[in-house]
Amino acid sequence: MKRQYTFVLAATLVVVGLSVFAFRWLVLGFPVQRDQETPVWTVESAISFDSGPGSIKVNLHIPTLTPGFRTLNENPVSRGYGFSLNYGTGGREAQWAIRRADGPQTIYYRISVFADATSKQSDTTPPFPPLPTINEPFRTAVEVIVAEVKEHSADTASFTSELLRRMNDPSPDPNVELLRSEAKTNADFVQTVTTILAYARFPARAVHGLRLEGRQSDAQILTWLEVHDGNDWRYFNPATGAENLPANFLVWWRGNEPLVYVEGGSNVKVSFAVQDYNLDTVAIASSQAEQRGVSLSDFSLYSLPIQTQAVYSVLLMIPVGALVMVFLRNFIGIETFGTFMPVLIALAFRETKLFWGVVLFCLLIALGLSIRFLLERLRLLLVPRLSAVLIVVVMLMLLISLLSNRLGTETGLSVALFPMVIVAMTIERMSVLWEERGAMDAIRAGLGSLLVAVAAYICMGLSWLEHLIFTFPELLLVALALVVMAGRYTGYRLLELRRFRALADS
Amino acid sequence: MFALARKLHQAGVLGLNERNANFISRLNPRQLYPLVDDKVLTKEIAIAAGMPVPELYGVIDSQHEAETFAELVAEHEKFVIKPAQGSGGDGILVITGRSQRRRDSFWLSSGLMITESEIAHHISNIVSGQYSLSGNPDKALIEYCVQFDPVFAAVSYQGVPDVRVIVYRGYPAMAMVRLPTRASDGKANLHQGAVGAGVDISLGETLSGVLSNGLVEDHPETGALIAGLRIPHWDFILQSSARGYEVTGLGYLGVDMVIDSQLGPLMLEMNARPGLNIQIANRAGLRPRLARIDQIYDASAGPEERARIARREFPANKQTSIEF
Repeated sequence: MKRQYTFVLAATLVVVGLSVFAFRWLVLGFPVQRDQETPVWTVESAISFDSGPGSIKVNLHIPTLTPGFRTLNENPVSRGYGFSLNYGTGGREAQWAIRRADGPQTIYYRISVFADATSKQSDTTPPFPPLPTINEPFRTAVEVIVAEVKEHSADTASFTSELLRRMNDPSPDPNVELLRSEAKTNADFVQTVTTILAYARFPARAVHGLRLEGRQSDAQILTWLEVHDGNDWRYFNPATGAENLPANFLVWWRGNEPLVYVEGGSNVKVSFAVQDYNLDTVAIASSQAEQRGVSLSDFSLYSLPIQTQAVYSVLLMIPVGALVMVFLRNFIGIETFGTFMPVLIALAFRETKLFWGVVLFCLLIALGLSIRFLLERLRLLLVPRLSAVLIVVVMLMLLISLLSNRLGTETGLSVALFPMVIVAMTIERMSVLWEERGAMDAIRAGLGSLLVAVAAYICMGLSWLEHLIFTFPELLLVALALVVMAGRYTGYRLLELRRFRALADS
Repeated sequence: MFALARKLHQAGVLGLNERNANFISRLNPRQLYPLVDDKVLTKEIAIAAGMPVPELYGVIDSQHEAETFAELVAEHEKFVIKPAQGSGGDGILVITGRSQRRRDSFWLSSGLMITESEIAHHISNIVSGQYSLSGNPDKALIEYCVQFDPVFAAVSYQGVPDVRVIVYRGYPAMAMVRLPTRASDGKANLHQGAVGAGVDISLGETLSGVLSNGLVEDHPETGALIAGLRIPHWDFILQSSARGYEVTGLGYLGVDMVIDSQLGPLMLEMNARPGLNIQIANRAGLRPRLARIDQIYDASAGPEERARIARREFPANKQTSIEF
């Protein structure tokens, strides 16, 4: 029964730990590797115009649904204008308003986005478009073209491609030429195509956006065609009829309405500037979690002050050291001083680095031991003797630091970071063991402790592991589950196999 | 490696992890540990239950009393000083006599001389907790020095040989004799270099011995043959050990007995975490015997009955005996 409970408990811990981990990794996008960076683009649209005498209202279409991108943040920048956000047919509209303004005005709208291939953001299925009213002679031309294209197509996509091919034909037939003559700009052309598609009862609309590539001071709006095939919106290049969306295409607004509409101003110009930079993936994930109101973001250690973070990045590795400890003691069977002393020694090694850590530690223990044996002759009581050892250890540390400073190496200075209480306790325990069980046992246990400390240090120093646990502290639940399971391991320890080896030869 | 583990498992060898998880944690409630970890307490409850123990001369539990130990032993030539909460025989001082020339000096069992002030220092070390399991302040016991029965004289180098019996749920399951050597400094502890010899529970006769995990036929110092020694008072030893279950309530218990030439078997100490080397000494695994005891366990059986059943159930030739 107890065994089952243990198993259930461990399984629960693993499931909870891994689910939280998976959610934060896959959904919120916390990085599993250190120093992952995500490219971020900041797009700034500047609307400049000359103010008229009366009140001014500026309406600007801003990104709403952005396939392939997610919004990191956005902010309108304007002086003295009231700001409001509305939803129109083309998506969100930012509106700035002011009672009166003098001279040329510039209003900025800034948005930062990052690429996210999982961002589909398709909107709802549109109704069939009403039959557009088209005046002659265009009506006849549209009718003829629709009838011809229908002949040569099977479904929405092929109809659209075929239509675009014909509309772009370098040697167009008269009907196409008539329709094309009306379209002066690319946007007008797309509008004409959507009208034809609406006449054929296909929901279609223009999509306007920017190609984000590097730093651009004056990015141009591109217009693409979007057609709904009953399930999804599909994108077509209006110039070629190919079905695709340009790489890094940030959809800004949809429909045939103009980008900006200024009431009470004149000489309106809109320009887009794009700037790209890389942002730490953790920061993006945190802000995403915040935007979604996910309470797990409070769980993130990145919200702590930097100094506290530094402390925790060390503290969170202690369970890893404990895992190593459990493994080496219960599965291998290595003897150590105390239960967690090796882990604490390993922590001390972090400051001195491994080689010098081991050298200095051995040096301290050896010197301390010899002095402890000298003290033994004085027959001091336990507590004063321990205190004496402690004081001697501090003096030894001081001596080593001063000597190494004189010799010009910095390593010796870090010896002061050894927890001297641990060194003193190790010396005391080792000397008692030395007297009682002999030098062999004492040295064996000392080496065992050192071995475990080194193993723990190496595991605790794995930077990917440190990052993983710091970013996903819920993985400690998995560590807990492992330790709980290890607590029910009743098999032999590796070194026991050697010890009982003789009993196996039956 | 796995083949070796499987072989050991088939031989019924108990490992530390299994001992701790399946036996000690299940059968030895933590709150009962003080009964065996504190030798003063052990002695008290053993006397109350009628188990024979070495006579207690005195207990010293404070630093300033350390100097007064001489008064406690004024009438005794031989005595033993040990920490009440010591483990593995650490901190035990065996005084075998007083120096004729200098009244303030004593002979140690090793033949060395020790002064009164050195003994007092040792006692104060004990009291300050140097040898206690937890490092907490401890008490020093001064007690009767056992005059061991000559049966083991030929196979002991100084010190006191003792008999360790593993008692499972009140039934003696396995036994060994621990013989001090020069290396063990007169202590009867296997990991300090003492020789362990398995005991045929049915007959009360020693099997051949082991020294640090290897087989030995003869005692390393005395050269005498270890196997085939008939242990006196064997019935009484088994019964006393079995009684340890009632006395302590511990289901997995190690009972250490010594055989005094005049007083017979005396219980020295009991252990809630007895070691597993006894399996090597007996060249047999513990698990099949523990399983057998689980089968025949009878809550109403008294210590004498349980000792009798153990003699019936565990003869050496029925053991999973292993040729070296």
